[in-house]
Amino acid sequence: MTESAVPDSLAVRSRGTGLKLGRFRDLTLVPVIILLLIVGSFADPVFMTTGNLTNVLQQQSALALVVLAEALVLIAGKFDLSLESTVGLAPALAVMLVIPTSAGGFGLGVPVALAIPLCLLIGAAVGAFNGFLILRFQLSAFIVTLAMLIVVRGLQTGITGGKSLFALPPSFLYLGSATWLGIPAAIWITAVLFAAGIVVLRFFRTGRALYAIGGNADAARAAGIRVERVTWVVFVISGTLAAVAGMLETGRLGGISANQGDGWIFMVFAAAVIGGVSMDGGKGTILGALTGVLVIGLVENILTLKGVPGEWRNLVYGAIILVALMISRLAGGKAQD
Amino acid sequence: MTVTETAAVEARGITKRFGPTVALNDAGIVITPGETHALVGRNGAGKSTLVSILTGLQRPDLGEVLFAGEPSPPLTDRDAWRRRVACVYQKSTIIPSLTVAENLFINRQTERGPINWRALRARARQLLDQYGVAVDADSLAGDLNVEERQLVEIARALSFGARFIILDEPTAQLDGPAIERLFERMRDLRNQGVTMMFISHHLEEVYQVCQSVTVFRDARHVVTAPVADLPHDELVKAMTGEETQAYESKAREIDGGAKVVLSASGLRLKDRYEDVDLAVRSGEIVGLAGSGSSGKVGLAESLVGLRKPDGGDVTVNGTAIRPGDVTAALKAGLGFVPQDRHHEGFVPLLSIAENATMPIAHKLGRFGMISGERRKARATTMIQDLDIKTTGPDQPVGDLSGGNAQKVVLARALADSPAALVVINPTAGVDVKAKQSLLGAVEDATARGTGVLLVSDELDDLRICDRVLVMFHGKVVKDVPRGWSENDLVAAMEGIDS
Repeated sequence: MTESAVPDSLAVRSRGTGLKLGRFRDLTLVPVIILLLIVGSFADPVFMTTGNLTNVLQQQSALALVVLAEALVLIAGKFDLSLESTVGLAPALAVMLVIPTSAGGFGLGVPVALAIPLCLLIGAAVGAFNGFLILRFQLSAFIVTLAMLIVVRGLQTGITGGKSLFALPPSFLYLGSATWLGIPAAIWITAVLFAAGIVVLRFFRTGRALYAIGGNADAARAAGIRVERVTWVVFVISGTLAAVAGMLETGRLGGISANQGDGWIFMVFAAAVIGGVSMDGGKGTILGALTGVLVIGLVENILTLKGVPGEWRNLVYGAIILVALMISRLAGGKAQD
Repeated sequence: MTVTETAAVEARGITKRFGPTVALNDAGIVITPGETHALVGRNGAGKSTLVSILTGLQRPDLGEVLFAGEPSPPLTDRDAWRRRVACVYQKSTIIPSLTVAENLFINRQTERGPINWRALRARARQLLDQYGVAVDADSLAGDLNVEERQLVEIARALSFGARFIILDEPTAQLDGPAIERLFERMRDLRNQGVTMMFISHHLEEVYQVCQSVTVFRDARHVVTAPVADLPHDELVKAMTGEETQAYESKAREIDGGAKVVLSASGLRLKDRYEDVDLAVRSGEIVGLAGSGSSGKVGLAESLVGLRKPDGGDVTVNGTAIRPGDVTAALKAGLGFVPQDRHHEGFVPLLSIAENATMPIAHKLGRFGMISGERRKARATTMIQDLDIKTTGPDQPVGDLSGGNAQKVVLARALADSPAALVVINPTAGVDVKAKQSLLGAVEDATARGTGVLLVSDELDDLRICDRVLVMFHGKVVKDVPRGWSENDLVAAMEGIDS
């Protein structure tokens, strides 16, 4: 009798359909991507060529890795703004340790082969330090990483004297500039790392632990998940990913400017959030974040091809992100958070 | 007391301090296998601390916990703890963004290697079936209602193989029929030999499902006895340490010609309630009763403007209120205590003074400035009036116990001497004495001429009402004058009435 059709319980019961949509929530941006591809091919005949599309992917690979890193942190319910500065500092400091003074380095004579490991290590160290401040000192992730964004960028400007580094060892540039099987190595690397991210977060306990922590940290702790340790590891991994991104970007451009990565974090958040990763933690997928990156990349490419003047770029760019947000909101049917 | 068989669970000489406060002082509990054992005590008696010690979340400073005579496992071995004791905490440990299936097997989705989602869902369905939980394993846990979420937690807790389960205030957020269903389930579990520890503020529930009861007071163990040997009055005495009578409501004369201070006509909201007319006069307390799905809370929230009705009119103190406009309702002279005090009732980090004077801030100073002194003075009077247990008006409300926080919410509602007051479940999760001061404050306000609409799941609360409107499936079906019998009211709420 008490189970009879009553208003309050009816309201909750629409879940059957909600779930089926939910399964495709990762893919709510697919219509946007298709729309962009159509618009792009009408806008410029060059757009739909393999060369152009490969170019889009290569240009976005570094940004994509930072989005991957940020998505991990966001899903675990934290924040990392400092990633964009790590993109600059990690390759710059690593390279300066191995190149001679004449090329702008420290002239320490560290073997050139160590440049890449050092770069990754520096990224990991920045992530570990963020984690230390946030977890041990219990500081707000937002403010800590905002300060670290400034500190890390400042460190890079300090050691390089604000100058760009050009005389780089070829081995360091290799991964960012090489082509494997007709496709740039950077795309391969990014694809492999994304695939790993998708699989780990979908099919492994450690990956699912991120969702549990971001969704309800107390519940995760009660379930025996080592919340602090896992979160710390996430910060270290995302720092490392940012360093990889920095290395690929360095290889693509052939040099490290003082502002490499500067301002990326806005695009990174835009890509992650339109891709369905929640700023509140516990929601979103790596595949979704990837579609977010693709949207950003395609928009940028179309704007370049159409020759939109530089001073109007930001306006169009921002507006298109807002439209993408609205479309994914309508397609996903759930309130954004 | 001699224990003939080995206790299922025993805590001996437990002392636990948090900084300067002693949460448990040489307290203990003995629970025999197969019984449902109640743990009662006022807010701050140490119940929650005992729960976290019995479940291995906290280490006692002194004393030990024994399971079936064996010493408890080390705190780091969560799995060992979970095989011995399961707990449904007061605070939900469900992760809303994950599916029910994943919540059931959180952090043990697989032994090793990748997760097989199909197998996981199958295991989840099997587990839900085993405990007769009618919930779709694929749905998001965040979409479940409180009752379903609790059942999922119980199923998960038992799935570790524990034969001892702690239920920490499971009934606090459930309505009447859901509580009945929960009790039915608890009796089933008991028949299957599961030992339970049950915590509740509702003493009548203790008599309904428990065989023995342990009372804690001021961090100490006071008494353990079979429920049959401890009648209601003695139980209350053990909890409070003094003789207390059940709350006596005050008799009032209702002036039939008194001004109508809150009225609704033709009010309707799809799937909640329809065609509701009501009028509350100055100096009158009108109760609003009904099951959880009757729409009573939705109606009350529409009256204060928290919910926008589809149609109909609301007037407060003679002023017509635009639907869904809280500010206008407050301005017209309405005060309200929302259902969920944590959500809508107070700002936890702000002080008592700030929280309680929020609606009258404009009266405490000129040109948008707020005088700290005057605010403090007002808050101090409120603290005295409502007997709020606090270190002073500067203490953040988030640090207060449930009952005292609720008093702050009520103080805020009464701050501007409202003409009409809407109170939703004021005594939920509140202990006996706090309950009395809350109800007393409502009655005092009525004596000063306020007209009150009291929405409650608690029949005891409704005793102070001059008449009770009963809702069933979104309609007001009955207007019961003072002096009703419990059976009549419950029958009307369940729609059994002619």
